Amino acid sequence: MSLYQILFYVFASVAVIAAIRVVTVRNPVHAALFLVLTFFSTALVWVLMEAEFLGIVLLLVYVGAVMVLFLFVVMMLDVNIAPLREGFIKNLPVGVFVALVMIVELALILGPASFGLDIYPPPEPAAAQTGNTLAIGQVLYTKFVYPFEIAAFILLVAIVAAIALAHRRRPGVHYQDIDAQVRVRATDRVRIARFDDDKTRRGDIAGDSNANQDEKKP
Amino acid sequence: MISLSEFLIFGGLLFSISVAGIFLNRKNVLVLLMAIELMLLAVNVNFVAFSHFSGDIDGQAFVFFVLTVAAAEAAIGLAILVTLFRNRRTINVEDLTEMKG
Amino acid sequence: MEKVYLAVVLAPLIASIVAGLFGRQIGRAGAHWVTIIGVAIALAASVFAFYMHVFGGLPTFNAAVYTWMASDMFTFEVGFLIDHLTVMMMVVVTAVSLMVHIYTIGYMHDDPGYQRFFSYISLFTFSMLMLVMSNNLLQLFFGWEAVGLVSYLLIGFWYKRESAIFANLKAFLVNRVGDFGFLLGIAAILMYADTLDYATFFERLPELADIRVEYWPGVEWSLVTVISILLFIGAMGKSAQVPLHVWLPDSMEGPTPISALIHAATMVTAGIFMVSRFSPLFELSDAALSFILVIGAVTALSMGLLGIVQNDIKRVVAYSTLSQLGYMTVALGVSAYSPALFHLMTHAFFKALLFLAAGSVIIALHHQQDMRQMGGLAKKMPITFITFLIGALALIGFPGTAGFYSKESIIYAVQASTLPGASFAYWAVFAGVFVTAFYTFRMVFLVFFGQPRMSDAEYDHVKETPRVVTVPLMLLAVPSLIVGFIVIEPLLFGSYFDDSLRVLATHGAMASLESQFSGAWVMFTHGWVTPVVWMALGGVAVAAIMYLLLPTVLPPLFARVFAWPRRVMQDGYGFDGFNSVFVAGGSRLLGRGLWQIGDVRAIDGLMVNGSAAVVGYMARTWRLVQTGYLYHYAFVMILGLIGLLTWIVFIGA
Repeated sequence: MSLYQILFYVFASVAVIAAIRVVTVRNPVHAALFLVLTFFSTALVWVLMEAEFLGIVLLLVYVGAVMVLFLFVVMMLDVNIAPLREGFIKNLPVGVFVALVMIVELALILGPASFGLDIYPPPEPAAAQTGNTLAIGQVLYTKFVYPFEIAAFILLVAIVAAIALAHRRRPGVHYQDIDAQVRVRATDRVRIARFDDDKTRRGDIAGDSNANQDEKKP
Repeated sequence: MISLSEFLIFGGLLFSISVAGIFLNRKNVLVLLMAIELMLLAVNVNFVAFSHFSGDIDGQAFVFFVLTVAAAEAAIGLAILVTLFRNRRTINVEDLTEMKG
Repeated sequence: MEKVYLAVVLAPLIASIVAGLFGRQIGRAGAHWVTIIGVAIALAASVFAFYMHVFGGLPTFNAAVYTWMASDMFTFEVGFLIDHLTVMMMVVVTAVSLMVHIYTIGYMHDDPGYQRFFSYISLFTFSMLMLVMSNNLLQLFFGWEAVGLVSYLLIGFWYKRESAIFANLKAFLVNRVGDFGFLLGIAAILMYADTLDYATFFERLPELADIRVEYWPGVEWSLVTVISILLFIGAMGKSAQVPLHVWLPDSMEGPTPISALIHAATMVTAGIFMVSRFSPLFELSDAALSFILVIGAVTALSMGLLGIVQNDIKRVVAYSTLSQLGYMTVALGVSAYSPALFHLMTHAFFKALLFLAAGSVIIALHHQQDMRQMGGLAKKMPITFITFLIGALALIGFPGTAGFYSKESIIYAVQASTLPGASFAYWAVFAGVFVTAFYTFRMVFLVFFGQPRMSDAEYDHVKETPRVVTVPLMLLAVPSLIVGFIVIEPLLFGSYFDDSLRVLATHGAMASLESQFSGAWVMFTHGWVTPVVWMALGGVAVAAIMYLLLPTVLPPLFARVFAWPRRVMQDGYGFDGFNSVFVAGGSRLLGRGLWQIGDVRAIDGLMVNGSAAVVGYMARTWRLVQTGYLYHYAFVMILGLIGLLTWIVFIGA
């Protein structure tokens, strides 16, 4: 058994076991952490398949960003876990049965009979100095440049959508209203009140009644 | 050497586990989202494996796109989750019965 | 000239719209002035067109003035075909119409529906002109239906009378039967000739002549015969031929001017006109001509007999109309189209005259129509009497009058014909002359001679009708007397109809008639010794004996002796009874059946409510599947996925 095989089996088993834990642990925080482990091991399997660029992207994007996002959310939300676990035992047989059926069926299709080494011989190992990054870059910016742009746009939309959904306007907080600032006119800010000399003097004497008059005519 | 079928079965295992996870954690939206991420990962494993064995880099470009969509989906899904929790104080799927006639 | 033709058609239409929609604003006098001026314009333009075509040598005008609809295969147009036949019809229609308009002022003097009536008769004039001036079948059908509609409106003009409503409904329904055949004929022409235009259709006739169609297995028909008979069924409805005649006597429920204009002079002759117009078609089918001949002969004699037993003055004239239409149809059947049209024209004048004169009597007697309550009116109403007598003489074919020439021509043409059924038709029309003379003069004697059969106070009160009534009578009396003498030679034996009518050489009735003809004057002098005139004079003589010399003895005696045939005749040979029991009753039964089973059960019960019930049931059941729980949907999705996978693994791929 070569080192290559040993490494594959180790990474794969860690990934599978971590995946099983993801769906079985009580605590969502633990689940997220096990998901990180699954992604990490899978990234290593991808590196074994000479897809090192994608492996690193998976680590950076998923483990570094998405999973952290998951953790943030899990920790931010004060979730009462107990009711969420209801029915776990009840559903266990069904879930296991469905999973087993799927595994068996998939194995029947994907087994060595159809996809064995004799049918798909292992490719020649790539030369040491050629990078997988270069190869992906070449197709991504030529053949797939249009889908690539769309993907970028999808991400942008996702950002906007996520902010729009989660953003909350709290009462009592002062925001800067740039529109209103631009539209403002002098008359909105300064009120020029004209005082008649006589009235002012009488106002001094008459007191309240005159003051009321002024207030009424802004 | 490792055959293609072993890589594919690895992907299949991840996929089946995530399906089972959906069954088991059917009330917890958070874990459901994680299971979906796991499914997408399983699919990506298949892409990478086929790409590797057929020597065609297009499959890896596809993985790139799937990752993009998955990231977007995770972001929006979590945003919905946060909004949901803020409004309902729960993420229990059982309580989301507005659609029931 | 196109503007002149348009003026002929549009002047009555505009007048009708003005009188109909703005009748309240323009008042009674306004309504009759506007319509009379409209029809007068039409008459003037018609006479001008007549002059230009007949004497001015203007060629036949055949063009579309407006394209109504153009589809992929057909074009529907409004167009005019103006030839000698058309201009004759135009002059007759507008002339009689003008007389009736003027007469109506007197007749309808104190009727609340005055403006409405003028609007209708102007509209009728428009429709009839559209019918005769048309150059295609669609427009002909439009005119055909439009005159039917106006006829319906006018028969039921006094819509508060139960009998009027019944009569107009009957006229409408019976005409529908004929129109159905007519429409089928038009459809057949469109189907086989791909055109509705007269001229194009006639050009294509040689190609159609040999087509044979098979509607029942084993029975082959000549296409031309089928089309001809279908078209003639339409003519039977409109021109009231047996067995579709039943509506015409009842149509006398309408005001008398209408009986004169529509149900005697113009509309009912539409069928005659149509068959003449399609003479190139009918000529190709001896079977259709024989059919027409027999139908016409039966109508001519049997309807004349019915005239004998009527007591209502208008109904006598109505039955005489039916009988005269039968004569025209017989003439069509023997390919003597020009005598038919000749008789159509003379009949229009003298029958309008008779109706208007009868109406004059009715006015004078304050809407009394029963002849048993009349008598001795000749002294009281000299103008009405003389004009009525002129009309009666023309009707029986008294030598010299217009009716003499036209009827004589028809009878000789029938005699000369060799078609199957011609000898039967000859005896029928020959006997018809006697019958016509008898009932006509029975009417004359009952109304104008003898002792008055009313109270003395009433009799003293009777006086001649006003001038608006008598002037049209006099104006119509003139053509009733002389028009036959003037026009017989050019019309029948000249080249007048050469462009319009087509007669095959094998149908030699007209040719033999022509060989015997030697001038109108000779015909007049010779007329005193022909058997036909002797038959007529015999009829007059018998009527004189019965109703003038021995009015108290003979009629009751005959009524007793011939009690049974008399009853049959008073029932109109039972046509009405048959129709109301079998046709109307059967339709009601069918309608009830369709309503109860087809509508209530099948459509309402099964289709409408049934489908709603099914939808409701499905919705109630399937609603339960929609739990509203997100994970149920997810489960279903996953189960579907597994199912798909299983299918791929074990069955598919």
